[in-house]
Amino acid sequence: MARVVLPQALQGIAGGVRQLDVSGDTVGAMLDALAAEHPVLARRIRDEQGRLRRFVNLYVDGSDVRHCGGIDAAVAPDSEVLVIPSVAGG
Amino acid sequence: MTDVLLAVGTMKGLVLARSTDRSAWELSDLTFPMNSVYAVAIDTRGATPRLLVSAHSEHWGPSVFHSDDLGKSWVEPDEAAIVFPADTGTALVRVWQIAASASEPDVVWAGSEPQGLFRSTDRGAHFEFVQSLWEHPHRPEWGAGFGGAAIHTVLPHPRDPQRIAVAMSTGGVYRSDDAGATWSASNNGVQVIFAPDRFPEFGQCVHKVARDPVDADRMFLQNHNGVYRSDDDGRTWNSIADPLPTDFGFAMVTHPRRGDVAYNFPIVDGGDRMPPDRACRVFRTEDAGASWTPLTDGLPQQDYYDIVLRDGMCTDDADPAGVYFGTRNGQVFASADEGQHWARVAEHLPSVLCVRAAVIG
Repeated sequence: MARVVLPQALQGIAGGVRQLDVSGDTVGAMLDALAAEHPVLARRIRDEQGRLRRFVNLYVDGSDVRHCGGIDAAVAPDSEVLVIPSVAGG
Repeated sequence: MTDVLLAVGTMKGLVLARSTDRSAWELSDLTFPMNSVYAVAIDTRGATPRLLVSAHSEHWGPSVFHSDDLGKSWVEPDEAAIVFPADTGTALVRVWQIAASASEPDVVWAGSEPQGLFRSTDRGAHFEFVQSLWEHPHRPEWGAGFGGAAIHTVLPHPRDPQRIAVAMSTGGVYRSDDAGATWSASNNGVQVIFAPDRFPEFGQCVHKVARDPVDADRMFLQNHNGVYRSDDDGRTWNSIADPLPTDFGFAMVTHPRRGDVAYNFPIVDGGDRMPPDRACRVFRTEDAGASWTPLTDGLPQQDYYDIVLRDGMCTDDADPAGVYFGTRNGQVFASADEGQHWARVAEHLPSVLCVRAAVIG
């Protein structure tokens, strides 16, 4: 299972952990699996239409998924998926 | 002794204030930090008051929380309270309005951006999408005011659950007489200043509508240039702006019990969004808009440039009624005597988006 690394802002709704092991061979499948276990956490990352939220970035093994297939980007069993908020707000 | 809760939604979180005399207020720490709180409701219909909060994070998206212990703890259901159905292809941006129905015990309505209407039968834990309004043939022509394309006002009739009115900028007022099955544009007499046709069927930039507590067919409307009253449940509107210093503003609030009484915070114009005479004044009518009286005691009267947004003013349900407003620059003022005298409750808050107050004990 891939290792999903959460920013501090999301750790509270993930049970206080910094990382989660999640199955799925694409970002979309991985987020589906995440939603099954942690529905509120998954909603922070993507909207109800399955789109990544505008100011949330996902990196699979260092690559921004927006530049490598989006939610169809491949995830390997040993991948590290970083969830990182982008700069936004004032 | 009256225990009053004042909820202040700001651009960066929620502040709750409690008072037993509506003079000395105890303020909470900011909750939902870095979330814009566009809508709050204090539902006092049940044995336990329920707070409902619309919170929106620029990063993490929107959500609706509720609390049954006056804000000590908050519930965010695993199943999101409000989402757009998959076949709309649309996602919720934020909730702009949460309104408990006085005619149906557990019903709560919500208006959203984009222009969605939602109905809950479990006091706001979960909402159902009102498909009929989304499918209205006018919807493709509804626009987005500067604030966003949102249903910002939801007015369930206080006694008849078949009747409900909503308002949006830009789009105008829509009414249903069949519990939301069908909808009619209800803007007859309300002008637009930004299109060649000054009185179209719909498309008005309505800023806020408030319903009279005695005559539910009577409503007061603050438009983007224009202040109106309807005496026929929104079918037609007539100007009541002349006695006011300006016809621009955002807020419009009615008294909790007294008919014909409404409160307004005039702003010079869309191109001069500051108060007239640079004075902080709430205007009150006690004759349904035939005359308006400035209320100034305790409010800054010089070099004042702050304004009140569409949900930034409210009344409570105490007797005499309390009146409250919060400003873009983070001040909150309260009056415990229907607006005669004012005192500052808070300052230096983030920009205030909404205020709601109610007697909770």
